[in-house]
Amino acid sequence: MVWIKVEKNDKRLLIDSITKKARWVRKETLKVHKIAQGTRIASSLSCVEIFSVLYYGKLLRHNPKDTKWDGRDRLIVSKGHGSICLYPILADMGYFNLDELARVCREGSFLGAIPDPIIPGYETVNGSLGHGIGVGCGIALALKRKGNERKVFVIMGDGELYEGAVWEAVMFAGQHKLDNLIVIIDNNKACMLGFCRDIIDIEPIGEKFAQFRWNALRIYGHNVETLYDTLKGLAEGKQDSGQDSSQDVKQDMGRDVGYDVGPNCPTVVVADTIKGKGVPALESDPISHIRNLSPDEIDKIMVTLP
Amino acid sequence: MNDNPAVNGNHAMNLEQKSMRDVFIDAIYERMKGNDKIFFVSADFGSPKLDRLRRDFSDRFLNVGIAEQNLLNVSTGLALEGFTVYAYAIAPFLTMRAYEQIRNNLSLMSHVRELNVNLIGVGAGLSYDVAGPTHHCLEDISILRNLPNMVLFSPSDWYLVQEFADYSLQVKAPKYLRFDGKPLRRIYGNGSGINSGINMKDGFTEIKKGSGICIVSTGFMTHRALEAAARLARQNLDVGVIDFYVLKPFNEESFRKVLGNYACVITIEEAFINKGGLDSIVACAVNGMDTHIKRKHMGFGDSYVFDMGSRDALHRLYGLDEDGIIKNILECVKDLA
Repeated sequence: MVWIKVEKNDKRLLIDSITKKARWVRKETLKVHKIAQGTRIASSLSCVEIFSVLYYGKLLRHNPKDTKWDGRDRLIVSKGHGSICLYPILADMGYFNLDELARVCREGSFLGAIPDPIIPGYETVNGSLGHGIGVGCGIALALKRKGNERKVFVIMGDGELYEGAVWEAVMFAGQHKLDNLIVIIDNNKACMLGFCRDIIDIEPIGEKFAQFRWNALRIYGHNVETLYDTLKGLAEGKQDSGQDSSQDVKQDMGRDVGYDVGPNCPTVVVADTIKGKGVPALESDPISHIRNLSPDEIDKIMVTLP
Repeated sequence: MNDNPAVNGNHAMNLEQKSMRDVFIDAIYERMKGNDKIFFVSADFGSPKLDRLRRDFSDRFLNVGIAEQNLLNVSTGLALEGFTVYAYAIAPFLTMRAYEQIRNNLSLMSHVRELNVNLIGVGAGLSYDVAGPTHHCLEDISILRNLPNMVLFSPSDWYLVQEFADYSLQVKAPKYLRFDGKPLRRIYGNGSGINSGINMKDGFTEIKKGSGICIVSTGFMTHRALEAAARLARQNLDVGVIDFYVLKPFNEESFRKVLGNYACVITIEEAFINKGGLDSIVACAVNGMDTHIKRKHMGFGDSYVFDMGSRDALHRLYGLDEDGIIKNILECVKDLA
């Protein structure tokens, strides 16, 4: 990727530190699930690297001391249930005390099984799927009208793409050239009752967006360096249609490569991920969404994790 | 006798008919001139008065297409960034196609974030009479009353609508504006004798004082109520008329105080009765009072209206015309005697 300005060695150190943080986040997420069994663990493990790169890679402008700071990038977490991994990150960033992680879903806590906007660091309501991208469109348009150059990032699940309102927003964003809107799809390929390909197969996803005038990128969503390179470029306002060349690509991307439909377009990053990443029993389970891990299972998994 | 031509039944020759949406769009157009933080968003719904707004404020007018869910979501996003938003669509589609967006992104979200989104729903009740039950809107009051933090405005005339323009900018909450689809005569304002009676905080005005029996109505039905009351006045029966225009929030204490002057209250609405509409508002208020007040509720039963005909014809068919109202009032008179 041509726009990386960080010196090679500095970048290596940064990638290493994000990787370490992502490992910590995965473990903390499992620890939260251990005490709060109502949390969706499998969906929250597939986007650990995505959130880690945005925050620890310093790609997202934000201020934990002023959550309404006008100079922040707007991060819309549309797959709320599957973002429990954001709790440790927000605590680590100083949005709230790390001790809160030991109280998730307990009486008096503001951290629930589904995050609410009462949590510092969450911008919008996300408990029902398919709203985030449309709200993101409104924010992106408002920022443009205000002359504010910050970006809007929307994190969605692939199962969420079944909601019709998503496509109302996809059409809208393409039409209005919302090039400050970046949607990242945590493409973990499973819904609640099975794999998406068996429910309604909408691959190749990027192609669908490109038809509505979006630039589309396809990458492997657990490779920190790939995520960093791609999201850094987008955070800096550069668009790239190149497909990920990472050796770590294990997913079948089909014929979905990058789509460069031109300048001034919104961008979708289809990040191929594994639902339940890090926990073999979840990774292979088509209904991992509704699987809970018992405290004993979690203890056993913890020692196997890097 | 009241000098209000609307109240004394001679308003046809005195008061010009205007459409609520045109009056409101003109009022917002004027405010957009001096306020660059206003957005007007439509779900492909127009009005002759919207044309100059679209032309003169093209950077702050949006047509999201026939997509009410996205209308709500985009409006939410704009409001989160500090814009006052007017979201404009046909009432049943706006409120029911996008109900969850209203619930989550406006009602629920405004618990933590200030959101000034004004949902302008055109086609209250049977406004779109011949378009049939998909276009009738008999459920909106009931379902939107349920949502915390929402303001519910159901005006009976265009003067109230005009008065609401500033209120909509000042009160930074999500609101539903339930506009009639047909041009209606003026009830309030200069020459009506009740222009000082508008009180958005109370939410209602006793536009005609009566003794014993009063009608509580909202929107178009206030015109019917006034006509029925005027006819009864000619028979020396003095029936009160209370026009309810801010159904939420309203001053319940003031309302009970006015109701306390009556022995019987009749509610009239273009809505399903016993389903949480205006009748429920009145029933709840009456239930909390020490004095016993007899209640009667007029509206539609538990069935959609497939019958074809004008609004007047449909009202006749369902007993919501003047004759039907008068019949109910006379029954109340008998009961009270």
